Amino acid sequence: MTRVFADLHLYVNTRDSAASSQTQIIRKSSKLGYKLVSVPFWSETPETEVSKLRACCMDAGVDYVSRVDLRPKSQNDLMRQLRKLRRRFEVVCVACENKEVARQAAKDHRVDLLSFPSLDFRRRFFDRAEAELASNSLAALEIDIKPLLVLEGPSRIRLLSNLRREAAVAIEFHVPIVVSSGVGDEWLLRKPREMAALAGLTGLGTSEALDAVSKNPCSIVYRNRGKLSSGFVAPGIRIIKEGRDC
Amino acid sequence: MKRVKRRYLALRIETEQMPLEREFVDAAWASIAKLYGEYGASQAGLVIIAYDVEEKTAVIRTALSTLSLVRASLASITLLAGVRASVHVVAVSGTIKSLYER
Repeated sequence: MTRVFADLHLYVNTRDSAASSQTQIIRKSSKLGYKLVSVPFWSETPETEVSKLRACCMDAGVDYVSRVDLRPKSQNDLMRQLRKLRRRFEVVCVACENKEVARQAAKDHRVDLLSFPSLDFRRRFFDRAEAELASNSLAALEIDIKPLLVLEGPSRIRLLSNLRREAAVAIEFHVPIVVSSGVGDEWLLRKPREMAALAGLTGLGTSEALDAVSKNPCSIVYRNRGKLSSGFVAPGIRIIKEGRDC
Repeated sequence: MKRVKRRYLALRIETEQMPLEREFVDAAWASIAKLYGEYGASQAGLVIIAYDVEEKTAVIRTALSTLSLVRASLASITLLAGVRASVHVVAVSGTIKSLYER
């Protein structure tokens, strides 16, 4: 069966002056074989920019997935932002800046992706406790490929070492891993199978790495689209038909 | 001795200025050595079969066992002869004949 590949973390400049670069990067990701792409927005991003990007993706022949990146300062801040934004976006990613937020994000069913700072190794809180919480909810661990391409020497070695440890913990606790590009420069875009090969550096097997760029992100998107659709009632229950002749 | 299975990779090089064949080979070896060390590079058995500056393509041969290693190393190339570049694997095949047929 043909895999559908997704890149849930593309950076594009949404300002008018950079419209061409935005189109270029989306076209390129389509050319490289991605069917689903997502560009993170901040919670204050106006709807017009989102719809503009959606139209651009439609032109390029890729399916646009709306995503918001939350950077809460505290547990309460995270809950407040989730209440406000969950139903507006298909994918919710939480950038875990401190342990309190990381733990709350891991156990909250409304969070789809957990992201940790690439360079600040002390703030990568994905340990066994975090993985156990995430395994009981629906959160997945997001790994960006960009730092692996741009870093060199000791910093890349440390990053790889951390990623390998985190990937092993995630596999042990059955936490899905999502591999994304995290790039805003078209020169750094890679084909899905190349992303999977790079993900192999973190200790993932071939099929696990391919799942991380296809099955895992796609299942998050399809699940959330189902939940956000008007017919959704509860997990496993949805309205098929309404009216007197049912 | 067990026969070493090989794979041929068709590559597309995206860059503003195409490097010389030697520069490309050096970059590929350097990338493998950087990611996997000299021991890993020695297992790859990387050989360049064809290099086309006009078409911006190359064909390389590697051992099947080190295919993912070579893929990751080629994907991690960001500069070729000091110019921004990316190397994409277009096709992988067991024989040169079938690779060219694709």
